[in-house]
Formats: sequence, structure tokens, C-alpha cells
Amino acid sequence: MSLDAHLVVRRESFTLDATLTAGAGEVVALLGPNGAGKTTALRALAGLIGLDGGHISLDGHRVEKVPPEHRHIGVVFQDYLLFPHLSALDNVAFGPRCRGVAKTESRVRAADQLARVGLSEHVRKKPRQLSGGQAQRVALARALATDPQLLLLDEPLAALDARTRLDTRAHLRGHLAGHAGPTVLVTHDPLDAMMLADRLVIIEDGRVVQTGDAASVTSQPRTDYVARLVGLNLYRGQCVDTRAGIAGGFALTVRSPVTGDVFVAFPPSAVALYPERPEGSPRNTWPATVTAVARHGDALRVELAGPIAVAADITPAAAVQLALEPGSRVWASVKATEVSAYPAATNV
Amino acid sequence: MKARLLTALALTAVLVTSGCGSGSDDDGGSGTPAASGSAGGSKGKLTVLAAASLTESFDKIGTLFEQANPGVEVTFSYGGSSGLATQITSGAPADVFAAASPATMKTATDAGDASGTPATFVKNQLVIAVPKGNPKGITSLAAMAKPEFKVALCAEQVPCGAAAQKALTAASIKVTPVTQEQDVKAALSKVKLGEVDAALVYRTDAKAAAADVDGVEFPESAQAINDYPIVALKNAVNPSGASAFVTFVQTPQAQQVLTEAGFQQP
Amino acid sequence: MLPLAGLLVRAPWTTLPERLTEPGVLAALRLSLLTATLATGVCLVLGVPLAWLLGRTGFPGRRFVRALVTVPLVLPPVVGGVALLLVFGRRGLVGEWLDTTFGFTLPFTTTGVVVAEAFVAMPFLVISVEGALRAADARYEEAAATLGASRWTAFRRVTLPLIAPGVAAGAVLCWARALGEFGATITFAGNFPGRTQTMPLAVYLALEQDLDAAIVLSLVLVVVSVAILAALRDKWAGVT
Repeated sequence: MSLDAHLVVRRESFTLDATLTAGAGEVVALLGPNGAGKTTALRALAGLIGLDGGHISLDGHRVEKVPPEHRHIGVVFQDYLLFPHLSALDNVAFGPRCRGVAKTESRVRAADQLARVGLSEHVRKKPRQLSGGQAQRVALARALATDPQLLLLDEPLAALDARTRLDTRAHLRGHLAGHAGPTVLVTHDPLDAMMLADRLVIIEDGRVVQTGDAASVTSQPRTDYVARLVGLNLYRGQCVDTRAGIAGGFALTVRSPVTGDVFVAFPPSAVALYPERPEGSPRNTWPATVTAVARHGDALRVELAGPIAVAADITPAAAVQLALEPGSRVWASVKATEVSAYPAATNV
Repeated sequence: MKARLLTALALTAVLVTSGCGSGSDDDGGSGTPAASGSAGGSKGKLTVLAAASLTESFDKIGTLFEQANPGVEVTFSYGGSSGLATQITSGAPADVFAAASPATMKTATDAGDASGTPATFVKNQLVIAVPKGNPKGITSLAAMAKPEFKVALCAEQVPCGAAAQKALTAASIKVTPVTQEQDVKAALSKVKLGEVDAALVYRTDAKAAAADVDGVEFPESAQAINDYPIVALKNAVNPSGASAFVTFVQTPQAQQVLTEAGFQQP
Repeated sequence: MLPLAGLLVRAPWTTLPERLTEPGVLAALRLSLLTATLATGVCLVLGVPLAWLLGRTGFPGRRFVRALVTVPLVLPPVVGGVALLLVFGRRGLVGEWLDTTFGFTLPFTTTGVVVAEAFVAMPFLVISVEGALRAADARYEEAAATLGASRWTAFRRVTLPLIAPGVAAGAVLCWARALGEFGATITFAGNFPGRTQTMPLAVYLALEQDLDAAIVLSLVLVVVSVAILAALRDKWAGVT
């Protein structure tokens, strides 16, 4: 089982044009900011909105014209949409019933499915009597009860509080691993995406801007959005050997030689700040002005203006020593070994 | 007075719950007299409550009366006689009451709302109303009773229904109607629409609808002639105007208008 | 409230027992309850699908149809009755065909009463149900579709239970309106005791002669309908 889709959906203010593939058993996360078109893509895959172009193939069969009730997909909606008038059991049995399975048999299957998600105790409960985590599991059981060829999840953890989220994420991960077909997961939370998915597809403004596994995406972001997500300073530039020109004559020395159009990235923790120009010296040194200081975990995140906008993480002790406040003038420096450069031209 | 107020409320409630759907123009509280300068003779405003069947005739007579009595302004409120009688006993402000039957007039006189004795000013009698050209050839009361014809009568509670029963009883003829209509206009409209083959209505109503309906005279109608009484009311705001109008209705000038409409002189 | 108090104060309590046991009263009451209930059934069968069309689909001319649905609300019921006669009467557009083909006429029959009441009461049901449909989350239907439910199954097993309170409220309004229907009924179905004379018609005619009788009939209608509505309300309150 595999998914091969090219989704084109035109709206007044926005066009989704995205290619998406997922192999059998593979979990693909659609990650992107709000309004990027993630949910539109998911609804198009489910058949709840039509395509204006492109195609959707499931296992080699074109299904873009097939109505949702005949598409054999399972969907876990963002707020689950459990039918409020039906018990957990009947919610899960709903799918098999609609697919022509006899009533008793449907209920047996539903009970079995609920047992698998650990909810045997709660089969008789109505959705409003379930906790958020339980409701999420019922929704998952309901989507899986029809043995879908393709499983779709829309922000499956977004409605949960932080603690429940942790448990549910681990639980969900186990179930996704057990699903034989492809899974597409929509989220705006990078942690969910990285924990649950084998591969990330980053969507911005209706386009796929980057794909890859968690490691390659986090180490080599290709847009400001991804860079911010993974907490890197990111610039576009021209590189000759190890010297990367970024903007207005400013250049950084990078770890390893590349030539051509590149992305240049380094983590905020690699940036060191000095009151005076440091002597002896790393080559990447420049004067900067503090624009903001804020807590960031155990460190302080300092936003700097200058030839390039940079975020730097420093210890509170260092901040006191430097007497940092907005408007302070400092020298910033970053070791060449911390600065990575990678070609920007690669097709996504 | 309190009891009357309650009655009025009750009446309003009944009319509201029943959909207030009488075909006639029944705006009960209209024509509140403004009692301006009523001291001088027959001048001022005059409110006349009259049976719906008098509508066309009284509109004309009203104009004649105003010409004969400059300075008087007559307002008519037409409706079912029983409804009007109830309005009067409930304290509706009015100067003259013209009813379509002595029974409804009795409601007002029994309640002590009349000033003087009612005078019969016209008579009306029943005819068989049939669709124009009389397609079914119904020419007698006996023919109406044939089961193949659909017939409308007025309900016995309203004057035209009571008159119809009287005529049928006198002739020993039994008619089974498909409907007992709430007033004579409703019975007539069933004939106009072709829903029934015949109906017993007043000659004046058949005459007013002459474009769509033929009125067939029948001898038994003599047994059920309906007297129309008129009286000035005790609580009249314009008592002199009221008695002048009652007198005027009985003058040859007014009687001619009524005769043209199909009424008979008393 | 006040008009009701008026009825109670003015009621002829001493003669009440005899008046209540008059055969005409029971016949009219029975006919009223029967026709109002049948009319509500007709409204449900025709009105719920119509409300669904209006509330859930975007068919062209939807606004126009919605405006048409409300016409019986603004039309004086008597005019509605005349309109019905012009369609279903012996000479009416459809009625003439019914008469010549099946020898079947609607006016002056109990069925005619049901038709007149349904005509007048339909907007109450359609408007309530459409409102409930608009308030209900359409995404539940999408969820049902992804689980393999056809549109009809989704409507029957998901939407209908979700909007049940709205449908019930609409049915109650519809029933109450049908029970009190006067103008369209007397115009279209006429007035014949036991066949087409419902309580409001009996009240109106009693008013022509005997105010006390009219008050008694009105009280019976009010008491019975209030009792039924209260009983239904308790039942729903127990369920939801």
C-alpha cells in the first residue's frame, strides 16, 4: 500500500499545490505554520474537498474522483468529532456498520479495537463522559476500525493538555507503527512531527518547501520558518570555498568548503558576546546592537541587530557581566566550526 | 363595567385563538367618536355598526345622509351581526346598530344597550345561489336535496343558517350539506369557486355577486323572511345624530337604495 | 396570560359539566387532536427533507424557496384556504384532475382539514429544523462520510439525532399552530360537525350565539393543549 498524490486546490486568496508520497507503513508529517494549507491538503486526501488539479493514487488506483464514503480512508479529526449521541462502542462500530458488517459483528470488532487502545472499561460511555486523552483514543480506534488503506490525522494532539499529550503521543506512536498502510499526519508542532513521523514534509503558503527525516530537516533548514522551528540562525548566501558572503559585503567563514548558492546556519548557543573587540580571534566577529533580551530555558536569548540579525543564547552570569539591555553595543563572534553551509539549489 | 371589560378580553382571546378569520371586515374597535361639537343638532361624528350584508347599501345611504345633514361625518363598522352585538354589550363606543336578525338585536336590547325600540327597516329573503347559467339546472328547494349535488348552507348559529333551516323545515325537505359555513359570504364564495353546486343565501348577497352567481327564487323562502332591525344606542356620543340616522334609513330615498340592492320593504 | 385569566373568570362554572358532555364538544376535540397530529406528521415527512435541502445544500434558487416557505406565515389563513381551493378544489389545478381521474376531492373532508393545517403549520417546522441544522456542526457529517456513510445514512444516524431537539421543538410549534388553525380550515375544508368542524371552528360558531359555550370550548382547547405540551416537555427533559 502506498500513497502518491499531487494536490492542487485553488481558493480565492491561496493556492495549494503540493506533492505528497508515503510508502506502506510510513508516517509522513505535514508540518507548517497556520494557514499554510496543511488541513486543506488533508481534507483533499479524505475527499471532503475536490481537487482543482493533480491526482491522488492509493496503491496505484486513482481515487481523486471517489467520494469520501468509498475511499477507504480513516480520519482522526482535530477535535475528534465523536458522535455525541453514541457510546464509545457505537462510535467505533459506526464505520464497520456503514461498510456492511452486521450489527453484532461490528460491535465485536469495535470492542476489540477499543481494547487495543486500552479503553475496555469505557465502551459504554458517551463522548462527553470521556477525558481528552480517552476521546483521542476512541477517535483513533474509530478511524482504524474500518481497516483503512490510508490513515489521516489532523493535529491529533493539539486539543490535549501538556501532560496528557506526553502519554498520548507515546501511545499514538505505538499504534501508528502497527498500521500497515501509509499515514499522513498534520501538525504545527515540530515535536509531535519529529516524534511520530518517519519523514517530514514542510508546507508554507501552499507549497512544499522541504522534505526529509527529522535529522536532515533540523540540521539543514531551508526556510526561516523551519530554522525558527528548530532554533537555528539561517541565512542565504554565496559561498566560495569556506567563505560565504551573506549581505552587503558581510561574510562568514564556514566549516567545510562549498561553492555556489548556499544556506548558512548556526545555533544561537554558538554565538559568543564580548564588551570589546576580542583579541587573537575567531575570524567571524562583528559589532552588533542588542534589540531584546528574554528568558529561553536556562539561558537568555539575546536578539542582535547589525550586519545580520542574529539570536544568541548566553548564560545569565555572562549577561550580568556584560550589563546587557536593549541598545547595548557588543561584539558578536561565532567559531567557523559551528557554521554549516549547504547548497540551496537542491530540489525539494 | 369590570365584567364588561373581562368579557371584552375573553372575546379578544377567543378571536385570537380561533385565527380571527371571518371573511368580513371586522375591525371591532374602529370608529371611536371624537365627540367634537356634538351639541349642535346633528353635527359631529356618527358611528354606525351594521350587518355585513348592508355594506354596499349603507355606504350609499351614508353619503346621502351626509349630504342631507352637512357637518355630520358617518363612520361604518361592518361585521357579522352577532359579533357586533357582542361588541356593543362589551362597551364598544357606537351610536347606531343595524342588525341582520331580530335575535342578534335582542342581545343588545336585553343588555339594555338600546335607546328606544328597534324598528324593522328592511326584509331579506333566501334564494338558491347557483353558478352563473345554472349548469346543474337546480330550480327548486326539492332539487337541492338530491344526493348527487354538493350543497353549502350557513351554520345554524348564524342568521342565514337559521333562516335556511326554517325554510327547509316548513317545506319538509331534508338537505345534507357538505359544509355549514360561518357566514353567508363564505357560503356564496364556495358557489363562486365551483366547490358546491348550490347554496342558500340572501337575495341581496346573490344580487351583489351577480357576475358569478345566479339567484333562483323559491316559494318556500316566504316562510323564512329575515327582518333587519335598527336602533339608536343608549351610550351614543351623538344621540341626535343617531336618531336622525335611524329615521333617515326609513325615508323613501334610503329605501330606494335598499330595494335596488335586493332588499324588500317591511 | 391576561386573556387566559379573562376566560377563566368569565367561565360558566356551574353549567360546565353539562356543557362539557355535549357530544359535539368531544367530536370537535377528537377531530382537532387527530388532524393536528396528522398534519404534524405530514409536515415532518415533507418539512425535514426540505429543511435539509435549505440548510445543507447549495442548490440554485435556495433563497427563493426559503422565502416561499415562509409565505403561509404572512398570508392571512383565509387567503391560504382560497389558494388551496384554487389548487385542490373541484375546479382547481390539481383537484380537477384528482376528481376526474380518481373521483377524489379534498374540500369538505377530514383529509382536507389535514392539508389546510399542514399548509399553515409547515413554516414553523421548516424554520425550526433549518435553524437546528445550521447550528449543528456539519463536520459530523464529514466524519460519518469518511467512515463510509452515504449522505442518507449520515443524515439518519448522525444529523437527525443531533438536531432532534430542534425537530421536536418545530413539531410542537407545528402541532400547536395546526391545533389552533381556523381560517384556512374553514375556507378549504368547510365546517361540518364530526368531519371538518375542529375546535376553533366550533368556538367561532358558538360565539355567534352563545358566548358561554364559546368560552367553555376555548377553555377545553387551552387545557388539553397545555396538558399535552407540558407532558411532552417533561418527557424530553427526562431524556436529554
